[in-house]
Amino acid sequence: MKQKTLATIVASLLATTAMADGKQVTIASWGGSYQEAQSKALFEPAAIATGIEVKQESYGGMSDVRLQVETGQVTLDIVASGSGSAARAGAEGLLEELDYGVIDVTDFYPTLYSKYCVGGDVFSTVFSWNPEIYGADGLSSWADFWDVEKFPGRRAYRGGVAGALEPALMADGVAPEDVYSVLGSEEGIERALDKIRELRPFIDVFWTSGAQHAQLMKDGEVDMTTGWNGRFDNAAKDGAKVTYTFNQALLDYDCFGVPKGAPNRDTAMAFLAEISKPEYQDDLPKYITYGPTNRAAYATGVIDAATAAALPSSPENAALQLPISLEWYAEWETIAAEMYQEMLTE
Amino acid sequence: MPTSRVNETGLRLDDRLERLRLFGLSSPAILLILVVLVIPVGWLFYVSFVGADGQFSLENYQRMIDRASYARIFATTFKVSFLTTGICILIGYPLAYFMSQLPPRLASLCMITVLLPFWTSLLVRTYAWLVLLQRQGLVNDWAIGLGLWDEPIKMVHNMTGTLIGMVHIMLPFLILPTYGAMKSISRDYMKAASNLGATPKTAFWTVFFPLSTPGLFAGALMVFILCLGFFVTPAVLGGGKVIMVSMKIVSNIELFVNWGAASALGVVLLSLAVIVLWVASRFLNLDQISGGGH
Repeated sequence: MKQKTLATIVASLLATTAMADGKQVTIASWGGSYQEAQSKALFEPAAIATGIEVKQESYGGMSDVRLQVETGQVTLDIVASGSGSAARAGAEGLLEELDYGVIDVTDFYPTLYSKYCVGGDVFSTVFSWNPEIYGADGLSSWADFWDVEKFPGRRAYRGGVAGALEPALMADGVAPEDVYSVLGSEEGIERALDKIRELRPFIDVFWTSGAQHAQLMKDGEVDMTTGWNGRFDNAAKDGAKVTYTFNQALLDYDCFGVPKGAPNRDTAMAFLAEISKPEYQDDLPKYITYGPTNRAAYATGVIDAATAAALPSSPENAALQLPISLEWYAEWETIAAEMYQEMLTE
Repeated sequence: MPTSRVNETGLRLDDRLERLRLFGLSSPAILLILVVLVIPVGWLFYVSFVGADGQFSLENYQRMIDRASYARIFATTFKVSFLTTGICILIGYPLAYFMSQLPPRLASLCMITVLLPFWTSLLVRTYAWLVLLQRQGLVNDWAIGLGLWDEPIKMVHNMTGTLIGMVHIMLPFLILPTYGAMKSISRDYMKAASNLGATPKTAFWTVFFPLSTPGLFAGALMVFILCLGFFVTPAVLGGGKVIMVSMKIVSNIELFVNWGAASALGVVLLSLAVIVLWVASRFLNLDQISGGGH
C-alpha cells in the first residue's frame, strides 16, 4: 500500500497532471483507413499532449450506442458518426449535450457542429463521371447528370435516401438555398422522387456503400455516379477513370458525439476540445482527402494551396456547395426513407 | 391375480424410469434448443408488438399494410425463391441422375466438383460472379472478342444476375439429397420394369422418378427456405433493384429506432415459411423427406 502511494506520488511528479489522474477515454470509429487517418492526425498526438490515455475500438454505428444506452452498459466515451445519424441519435436521447464552454468552436463553420455532435472532418456527396467519355470538364450541374440526351450513358445513384433527394430537386430547377424548404413537406419529397423516377430507366445500380460506388467507376460498369469525393480520389489514384466537381455538391461532415452516461464524460469533452483545435485538424488531409471542420486549420500553413484546393471544406469549394441540413434529416429522414423505398421497389 | 398386478406396477415403474432416463439424456439438447431457438424467437415475437413509444402496439404490422413497398418486397422475395428453386431443379435433377448412373470413381470425381464451390465462401463466389458478368467483365469481353454479340449484355445488377448467383450457391443443396435418394434405388427395379416390357422412358417415369422424389422434394424445400432469407447475393448482384426481406430488415434497424420494426418483418417471414412447410406437408410426406418413415 505504502509502495503504491509512493509510486503514485513519483508518477504524478514526473508526468503531467492529467496522467496522474489516470484520465482515459474510449473512442469508437469506423475502422479501416478512415480510423487510421483519425488516429494518426488526431487521437495519438492529442493523447500525448493531454496525457489522456486513449483506447480505440471500431464499431457498427449508432445501433451499438443505442444498445449500450438502453441496457445501461455504456463503455464508449466518444463515438465517430455520420452527422445525420448523430442528429437523430441526439434527438433520441442517446447522446450527451456537448459542452461548448470546453470545446472551442469559434472558428468552426457554423453548420459543422450541433448540440450533440462536433464535426471532425468534411466530405462531399458529388457527381462523378468518366472523363474519357465526357471530357475532364464534362458535367457541371445536377441538370447535366439528369440530361440523358446530352450525356447518354449508364448511371449509378444512391440506394438510400441520405443525400439522394437534394440533387433531384436541384436538377428540377430548385435553387440550392430553397432545396430544404421545398423538401419540408411530403409533396416536396414526392417531387424529388418523381425526378428520380424520370432518371430511373438510366440508373443501372443503386449503390449502398462508398466502396461500391468507387468500384463501379473503377470497373467501368457505369459512366457516372453520385458518391463521396474521397473515395473517387482514392479510385483515381488506383488508376480509375473518374473525375468530379464540387459544384452543387452536398457538403456533409462526420462528427464526434458522447454517448449518454459515458463513463468518462468530462474527460471526453476535454479530449474533443483538444482534437478540434486547428493544429490537429490540419494534419488530417495528409492521410485522407477529407477536410477540416475548423476554418483556422487552413491558416496554420500545414495545408498547402494545392491540397486545400482539393478539399471539400476549402473556402472556395465550400462556397459552391449546399450544406446538409441536419434539422431536415432529424425531422423527415424516416418518412422520406420509407417513401424512397416505395420508389425503389416500384 | 395379485402377482400379475405386481408385475404390472413393476413394468409401469420401469417404463416411467426409462422415460425419465431418456429425458435426462436429451435434456442438454432440449435446453440448447430452448436457449438458442425458442427464447430468441419468442423475444422476436414479443418485440414486434412494441411500438416506438415502448407500449404495446400493432404499428409495426400496420406499417406493412400501409406501405405498398412491403408487399412488393415480400413478392420479390418469393419470386426470387421460386425461380431459384425451379432453375435448381431443372439443372440439378438431370445432373444428379447423370452422377447416379456413373461408375463409382467417376461419380465421386463429379461429386467433388459439385462440393468444391460449396466449400468456398459465399461472399467470394458472389463477388466472382460480379467480376465475371459485369459490363467489362470476362464473359462480355470474351463474347465480344469471339463475335458472339457486339454490345455488352447486361447480366448483372438486375434479376438475372441475382438468379445466376443464387442458383450457383443453392445447387449443391438440391443435388446432394437428390443424388442420395437416387443411389438408394436398386437397379434391379429398372431391370424388372424392362423385363415386364416397359420402354426405358416408361420405366424412368413410373419407377425411377417416383422413388427419387423424396430426395428431390427435400432438396427443393431446403433451397426454397434458404432462399427466403438470402441477403448477400441479392444485395451484391441485384444492383439495389432486387430488394428482399432480409435487406429490408437491415434497413429498418437503421431507420427506425426500435427493434420492433425489424422483428415484425422477421415474424411475417417466419410465418410465411411455416405456411409453405405446412402446405408442402399436405402434398408430400415430410416424414419420408426427413428420413423418418419408410
